[in-house]
Amino acid sequence: MSITYLEAIREAQAKLLRDDKRVFIYGQDVGGAFGGAFKATKGLAKEFPGRVLNAPISEDAMVGTAIGAAIEGMRPIVEMQFADFSSIALNQILNNAGTHYWRTNVPVPITIRLPSGGTKGSGPFHSQSMESIYAHYPGLIVMTPATVEDAYTMLIEAVAIDDPVVYCEHKYLYYHLKADQLPTESVPTGTARIAREGRDLTIVSYSAMVHEALAVAEQLASEGFEIEVVDLRSVKPLDTNTVLASVARTGRLLCVGESFPWGGVTAEVIARVGAEGFHLLDAAPQRLNAKDTPIPYHPNLWSAHRPNANVIARKARALLRE
Amino acid sequence: MLQTAQRQSKTKKPAPPHERFLEAFRWMLLTRTLEEKLVSLYRGGLITGGVYIGKGQEAVSAACGLFLQKGDIFAPLIRDQAGRSAFGEPLLDVTRTYLGSRQGPMRGRDGNIHRGRPQDNQLAMVSHLGAMISVTVGALMAKRFKGEKDFIGLACIGEGGMQTGAFHEGMNIAAVEQVPLVIVATNNHYAYSTPNDREFACHDLVDRAIGYGFEGYNLDGTDLSGCLEVIGGAVKRARAGRPPQLIVASVLRLSGHGEHDDASYVTEEMKRQPFARDCLKVAEQTIADLKLADADTLAAWRKEAAAKVDEAIATAQKEAPPEGDKEDWCALSTRDLVDQLETID
Repeated sequence: MSITYLEAIREAQAKLLRDDKRVFIYGQDVGGAFGGAFKATKGLAKEFPGRVLNAPISEDAMVGTAIGAAIEGMRPIVEMQFADFSSIALNQILNNAGTHYWRTNVPVPITIRLPSGGTKGSGPFHSQSMESIYAHYPGLIVMTPATVEDAYTMLIEAVAIDDPVVYCEHKYLYYHLKADQLPTESVPTGTARIAREGRDLTIVSYSAMVHEALAVAEQLASEGFEIEVVDLRSVKPLDTNTVLASVARTGRLLCVGESFPWGGVTAEVIARVGAEGFHLLDAAPQRLNAKDTPIPYHPNLWSAHRPNANVIARKARALLRE
Repeated sequence: MLQTAQRQSKTKKPAPPHERFLEAFRWMLLTRTLEEKLVSLYRGGLITGGVYIGKGQEAVSAACGLFLQKGDIFAPLIRDQAGRSAFGEPLLDVTRTYLGSRQGPMRGRDGNIHRGRPQDNQLAMVSHLGAMISVTVGALMAKRFKGEKDFIGLACIGEGGMQTGAFHEGMNIAAVEQVPLVIVATNNHYAYSTPNDREFACHDLVDRAIGYGFEGYNLDGTDLSGCLEVIGGAVKRARAGRPPQLIVASVLRLSGHGEHDDASYVTEEMKRQPFARDCLKVAEQTIADLKLADADTLAAWRKEAAAKVDEAIATAQKEAPPEGDKEDWCALSTRDLVDQLETID
């Protein structure tokens, strides 16, 4: 048996619906026979009648509704059709869900699934990675699973967490990534994973970029370099300790993210390593992000807009020479 | 069948008052007493931030709180002190929040009207208008999921907030989900300083009800009996499983947007409109005309309200404020998932 990243997300939701009466799924096209734009809820409406509900194209109200339901004891999962459209719900996510526990002492256990990141031909409004925006605001947990196993276990954990969770699932990984079976054990959120061990350079990444980083590590291994790849798993909380421990081993740091370059997760990692691990560094830490333009439609432009293995390898080689 | 808007009737001869008239009046009186006191504390520099009062809107608001039962959801807004009190909010919650006591429900973390007790079904508004409509819808959906019976939600809004995208989405989703919701919109004729003609261009706001699948009713918000009848009726219909209800009450905001605002932009012509009457004075006149209570009783009620307000203020004033170096700076309830980033010590 083999299971894809997307199937793992579906299976996690099936398990959540089966095991916990408080769980319901709300989003565009998730109900009925359709099962969502990417089929992440395929068959669930039939299996769990009345608990997988189509919502109008009202992202703000979808999240507001989830907040109200969560305050009243439910565990809603909101599916955004694309991460990009969660911008419509920013107010509810940032100003309502994110502030609620702090203000009122009443937590808001909602999970918002964001089909994130670029795929060929998707253009400016169906390709965005929003994790840095959500991580910037207080009161939210931001998950960025990079593996089939994490896609499954982290979604289950997201729903169990009493606070709002923004779960960024990468669309590029939906079908590309496969595992033999669903995991039976999980690593807690907030703990990064060493995806590959090495001693010459640390590449810190998350979500789909982990796989680009692993490809680079493989490529550079043939050139005699041992690259350590850290998969952050969640960008908030961010496991600074694992990153620092890795940099202590390698002395060099490259951070890679698919989102826009100004600020964001890669800048945060470098700021923390610079402040707490400056003495560990043998070279100035570097980062790579997408270009500072909207995300282009044409595959030729798209593949040049985001970091890929070739670009990362070039940057890594330069850093290794320093 | 959905009902279209019913136009308000012109002022009539005093009819027998609503059976809960005096009960509602006393919440209005308590609110006016409390808010006048808050204003003087603000003017004396004893309240930081702002003071936002509901002067002129007490009749509508009191009626909102009065018909809700235990288990109902209430989403009050800026000018709903009367409704909050009638729903059961202790006066101490108000004074503690305004005066920044650590013991208030917001503990100094949020102020003035941005308060609530979600655990007791009184939602805590955010400043972004319209946002609480869908939150109320979600709370009602949860109650339905859990199999609860005989509950409704009531959410307040103004004509200003009615122009937001969030309000539109909230109205629509409420009707799609067919939750037992009453939305009470008070048109106080100004969004801060902006008059109605720059807020919306429809003939009558209540006409929007049918467009969303709501039942809509107009209301003279200066007439307490009318408020009780119309809002009470809507609550009853929502409880009975009718479609969501929209009420549009007409009043004039008899204060600034906040107490920092002298409302000098309110025109004299506006102040002469029938909806510019002070609902508390109108109710007092009704009490006198219909001999619902004598002068001694009214005086005793006033005294009681003043004593309650003074006590709530005195208590809050004695309490310690929050302190930065003792604060629990944690925005998550899941403490082991708090990000360990360096912040200001």
